[in-house]
Amino acid sequence: MLFGIPLLSLIIWLPIVFGIVVFATGGDRNAQLARWVALAGSILGFLVAIPLYTGFDPSTSAMQFVEEHAWFERFNVNYHLGVDGISMPLILLNCFITPFVVVAGWQVIQERVSQYMGAFMMMSGIVNGVFAALDAVLFYVFWEASLIPMFLIIGIWGGPNRVYAAIKFFLYTLMGSLLMLIAFIYLYQSSGGSFSIADYHQLPIPLDVQILIFIAFLLAFAVKVPMWPVHTWLPDAHVEAPTGGSVVLAAIMLKLGGYGFLRFSLPITPDASHYLAEMMIVLSLIAVVYIGLIALMQADMKKLIAYSSIAHMGFVTLGFFLFNAYGIEGAMVQMISHGFISGAMFLCVGVLYDRLHSRQIADYGGVVNKMPVFAAFFMLFAMANAGLPGTSGFVGEFMVIMGAVKINFWYAFLAATTLIFGAAYTLWMYKRVIFGAIASPAVEELQDISKREFMILAILALAVLWLGVYPFPLTEVMHATVDNLLEHVANSKL
Amino acid sequence: MNFLSPDFSPAYSEIFILLMVCLVMLVDLAAGEKRRYITYGLTQAALIGCALLTFVTFSEEATLTFSGMFVDDAMADILKLMVFATVAAVLIYSHTYVRDRGILTGEFFCLVLFATLGMMVMISASHFLTLYIGLELLSLSLYALVALRRDSLMATEAAMKFFVLGALASGFLLYGMSMVYGATGSLHVHKVAEVITGGVSNHEVLVVGLVFIVAGIAFKLSAAPFHMWAPDVYQGAPTAITLFIGSAPKLAAFAFVMRLLIDGLGDLVADWQGMLVILAVLSLTVGNIAAIAQTNIKRMLAYSTISHMGFVILGFISADWNGYSSALFYVITYVLMTLGIFALIMILCRNGFEAEEISDFKGLSKRNAWYAFLTMILMFSLAGIPPMVGFYAKLAVLQAVVNAGFVWIAVAAVIFSLIGAFYYLRIVKLMYFDAPETDEPITVRSDVKLLISVNGLAVLLLGIFPQSLMGLSLYAIQNSM
Repeated sequence: MLFGIPLLSLIIWLPIVFGIVVFATGGDRNAQLARWVALAGSILGFLVAIPLYTGFDPSTSAMQFVEEHAWFERFNVNYHLGVDGISMPLILLNCFITPFVVVAGWQVIQERVSQYMGAFMMMSGIVNGVFAALDAVLFYVFWEASLIPMFLIIGIWGGPNRVYAAIKFFLYTLMGSLLMLIAFIYLYQSSGGSFSIADYHQLPIPLDVQILIFIAFLLAFAVKVPMWPVHTWLPDAHVEAPTGGSVVLAAIMLKLGGYGFLRFSLPITPDASHYLAEMMIVLSLIAVVYIGLIALMQADMKKLIAYSSIAHMGFVTLGFFLFNAYGIEGAMVQMISHGFISGAMFLCVGVLYDRLHSRQIADYGGVVNKMPVFAAFFMLFAMANAGLPGTSGFVGEFMVIMGAVKINFWYAFLAATTLIFGAAYTLWMYKRVIFGAIASPAVEELQDISKREFMILAILALAVLWLGVYPFPLTEVMHATVDNLLEHVANSKL
Repeated sequence: MNFLSPDFSPAYSEIFILLMVCLVMLVDLAAGEKRRYITYGLTQAALIGCALLTFVTFSEEATLTFSGMFVDDAMADILKLMVFATVAAVLIYSHTYVRDRGILTGEFFCLVLFATLGMMVMISASHFLTLYIGLELLSLSLYALVALRRDSLMATEAAMKFFVLGALASGFLLYGMSMVYGATGSLHVHKVAEVITGGVSNHEVLVVGLVFIVAGIAFKLSAAPFHMWAPDVYQGAPTAITLFIGSAPKLAAFAFVMRLLIDGLGDLVADWQGMLVILAVLSLTVGNIAAIAQTNIKRMLAYSTISHMGFVILGFISADWNGYSSALFYVITYVLMTLGIFALIMILCRNGFEAEEISDFKGLSKRNAWYAFLTMILMFSLAGIPPMVGFYAKLAVLQAVVNAGFVWIAVAAVIFSLIGAFYYLRIVKLMYFDAPETDEPITVRSDVKLLISVNGLAVLLLGIFPQSLMGLSLYAIQNSM
């Protein structure tokens, strides 16, 4: 509560209300109005989220800013919100990214502007709801509702193959989450009629049932993360989505899956998590190594970054299933950092795409001659993507590798190969796009970034560097929660 | 011999509507073609009058009358109110469509009211014969309604199919009822239940009768494998009639199952549970998979109905109040969604143009953003995506299914609804991602505009606040068992 205002509700509903207002501005005659309302809403959305950080008590693992009201009594479902050290940073990340998405679509989107901006505002509020929900039905409602705006964003404003990508995205993620719904209903029955996630954490469950529930959760979250082998929707969705859509997908939506593991899989089915940990680690390592190799071969910049996202998210799932503080905190840092870096990388590609309308690496070359400022920013983000020390990309990967060494040297060894592959695919792409001779007359006519683009990239660059040099403010808030989670997971629930 | 006059009070609304039908018929003769609005107004007045009568005489307690053949309880009153609202909405939605096609005749209104009376009798029946009479009154009116457009080949063919298969189903039902009579010696729902609870010697006869009754019910619910009539009738009938067939009668069908299977033959649950499981799973399979291949929107929605009826039947298999109230909730939300979607199809119909193909939805968001938005809400609701009310209906039913221990059936149900999501998404895709084929403006009467907006937004708002409707369903079931 802040001055008597329920803060989390405000963070969820403010963007949604702004989204409705943006929709209401109507057709493209009022496009400029829609843009400004959306920008005001997204910045306001970030500002109201700041008290979440300043008012957060890092010494406790209990839920904070809790709100609880009966929603529908028929099934004992509550409107129950709260945040802890895991969900709070993710909400902040989401609120932070939304203004960039709005600004990124400022000029590029000329058609159905109000619907575009409104969809992103709604999306932002819905995703905050996913992170803040402490009731399984409420969580599920937000979780599924987030599919609708994304489906429309990809399908309406996407590239040539957008329809295929949009439907694939929707059905893939729906497939995962429907089984999660069954798991929730099962838990509702066995907990004697409660949809409270905290009750599920305490509920004893026999191992065979735990394994089934774990698999149901795994399908939902693995699709979202995405883990190998259910990752194939991501490159399609990323490539076809407009820049803003790619940013939200990479920076925010993938985190929903990671968050799900920490909130549901590990604490609700700890024994199954231990039992299947090796499988999870192997799947994560395949994502890191194999997908890293695939990324090397991409001719399309967006596809390359999409594959690199999958590889980086492999680190996140690897960290979770190491069951030590380094692993989980590292994975959390990796999630936040990946939010910044992948968002920035997609924005950089967007900058090029807006000018040349091509994502093919082969169409570029020698961009540095025409866009030196842009090249500098792109350099920083490429380095961060490769995990260069001093950038945020390094911190998370290093922590996860440290955690992996404690478990098994070979896990750490395989995970560490990413430092080579990551550098290889990112820097090789960078070299081909930015350096060399000017590839075509189109490149010859490129203009360097505008003030608007400069602002976006500069803020993200600061965030990447800050988190790389001084990650303490982030690790501090999650410490107590992660310790508590580890303790909880170490105890059997059989 | 003393003749005791029965207590008419529980049946006031039925009597009232019967009088009104006669009045409508007579007035229409006098009013003629030009003043048909009088007929229309009288029909709506009849429905409103019925609703008021039902509302005023509402009581929680069940009252039996006509020697126990007729019952008036909470579930009956609530369902009847829903039926009145649905029929009134059907009339508002279909007015323009029916008028443009020259079938806005006195017969149209009379048949609709007769069908409504049939539904009311079904809902309030507590005797196998009353149930049957109500069902036949409904069915015969519907056959005639489908054939109302005499010069349409499609409609005549659909009516013929509907009639032949419907008559077959009625035969099944009657045969089953006669078996039950033979085994128990009564046709009163509650006496049958008593006799079965007390134990009957010829259990086999009873079960054979049960098989026929379940088959008859499946026919009426259009559950697979007795669904063959639905796609043809949905496609062939004029859209306004399809709207009518697809909406209100489902409420009556719910009551039909409750009275016959649950109240009457409830103790045979061990026997019918397995049959219903098969019906439900087959319906989900056939409905969802066949719908993918359809290009005709009405035919697609017919298959979608089949799969939704599968979900309703799933609600019954748990055989407790939890499941029944979930099934009731599902039926009500289904009717709400069906009303909206067929109304939108009719809105797309212009004079002389039938919106029949799913491609008629192409680029709707560019032609009219609001109707596209409403259609999208309805489509996501039919697909069971939150926060639309269709999701809560599925949640309620799945919860009952898992509660009854059928976890694997729940898993199968969600997998089929994943398949189902595809064809609903396809409509959204056509509306939002494709370019329009025509940019003819969509003109709609203002009452239809208002009602469809309320209807579509209700699907969204009931999803955000589902308690009221869920509570009502629970109340209806708990006060009639």
